[in-house]
Amino acid sequence: MRAVITVVGKDTVGILAKVSNFCADNDVNVVDVSQTILQDMFCMIMLVDTEKMGIPFTDFSDKLKEYGESNSLKIHVMHEDIFNSMHRI
Amino acid sequence: MMNTGDILETIAMIEEEHLDIRTITMGISLLDCCDSDIKRSCEKIYDKITRKSENLVSTGEQIEKEYGIPIINKRISVTPIAMISACSGGNPVEYAKALEKAAQTVGVNFIGGYSALVQKGFAAGDEALIRSIPEALATTEHICSSVNIGSTKAGINMDAVSFMGQIVVEAAKATADKGCIGPAKLVVFCNAPEDNPFMAGAFHGAGEPDCVINVGVSGPGVVSNALKKIPDGNLTDVADVVKKTAFKITRVGQLVAREASRRLNVPFGIVDLSLAPTPAVGDSVAHILEEMGLAQCGCHGTTAALALLNDAVKKGGIMASSHVGGLSGAFIPVTEDAGMIDAARSGALNIERLEAMTAVCSVGLDMINIPGDTPAEVISAIIADEAAIGMINSKTTAVRVIPAIGKAVGDELDFGGLLGGGPVMDISMISPAKFISRGGRIPAPVQSLKN
Repeated sequence: MRAVITVVGKDTVGILAKVSNFCADNDVNVVDVSQTILQDMFCMIMLVDTEKMGIPFTDFSDKLKEYGESNSLKIHVMHEDIFNSMHRI
Repeated sequence: MMNTGDILETIAMIEEEHLDIRTITMGISLLDCCDSDIKRSCEKIYDKITRKSENLVSTGEQIEKEYGIPIINKRISVTPIAMISACSGGNPVEYAKALEKAAQTVGVNFIGGYSALVQKGFAAGDEALIRSIPEALATTEHICSSVNIGSTKAGINMDAVSFMGQIVVEAAKATADKGCIGPAKLVVFCNAPEDNPFMAGAFHGAGEPDCVINVGVSGPGVVSNALKKIPDGNLTDVADVVKKTAFKITRVGQLVAREASRRLNVPFGIVDLSLAPTPAVGDSVAHILEEMGLAQCGCHGTTAALALLNDAVKKGGIMASSHVGGLSGAFIPVTEDAGMIDAARSGALNIERLEAMTAVCSVGLDMINIPGDTPAEVISAIIADEAAIGMINSKTTAVRVIPAIGKAVGDELDFGGLLGGGPVMDISMISPAKFISRGGRIPAPVQSLKN
């Protein structure tokens, strides 16, 4: 399956590196990345492939969330289908 | 790559605007559990429910995590117990206990279906079941009960209406020490849907398959916030925004329903595209009406605004799901809606206005605290009025009023959780006793003769 990782928060050095390293450590392939600054907030969206992921999806998502909380970032990991079904007919 | 704006919109809906899946409800038929021995019958029911719904809660939690959408309740609805009780005889409360035990084993929030369908008259099992409702609700925590006393096709069974007035009072008295929670779990219906996933009125109709997954969505906060973006739009624009928002909400419901059905290997039934409020700030149907331009919910114009909202929700939702059912529309439960609670406290919202609103909303007089000394016949008359609106307009109507024992108009009664709390509302105490005591049936209206 493919999931969307969103990271929103104050811009600091190394956010992209840390999140993509975490993905790599768990055999999660980054398919696409986009990042923008919205009203001084850093906003990164990653599309990832979790097919070969070494740990359960929920653990992956919990760990990323934890990392986000300890760095004042809001990180969500969600199945891409929720966005597809809501915004595409 | 997906559009960044779309992704952030979805996340804002969930994080800030309380978008959630209100319930995944598994409907389970108990018709194959009937036995002439009530003990054996209860055992079969417990076994079947725990077998079928073994993974319901864990699957719900898994979907919640993967898709990032909160699923608030996991529930079960069963065949109306009066049908099962008809076969075995005995004290129907035994069934309530078996259901309660099953609910605790599988960890669901509620089981609905301690019900009887008596729109045309009482069959074997019906009367005993109805009589046992107060005790069943007082001695269990997770059981919800409903009784259908009328329909467009059958008319209104006024003997049952009279009976239910007394049962509502008894249910309140039996739970007076628990904040009168009994009647909050009891709904009296006209035109009850057989696939409703929402409590307290959920039951698994006789025409339903053996096991089925129904999903109820929510999201008043999302609609309210979408309307904030068009402060000067006309009402055609308002209807368009509601439709688009309802479409998005329902698509999420459809996705969750499809996934739950696949993972549990149980057929998908329906998505109920309702706007179900909660007492949380920012999750109120009343606030949507106020966002449309009413100074406070309950003022003149409220019925028109609600009619627009209810219709637009259906129009938006219907294309988003392959099967739509249940109640589908906007709910107006007073104690569960922060805006309604405020309006009831300030006197802007009264029971007459609520009754008018029920002619255009998806259900009826819902979660209304009334004085504890309200005579049974007055409650029966409230039920009869609501049933008449439903019968004539070919829609579902319902009454869930809570006599607040020991409390008078203006006092507060709180239930906590999703059921919320609110003031005791004023109602007319002029006696309809003679009318109610006549009994009999109000004949089915001419609208029923469609063949």
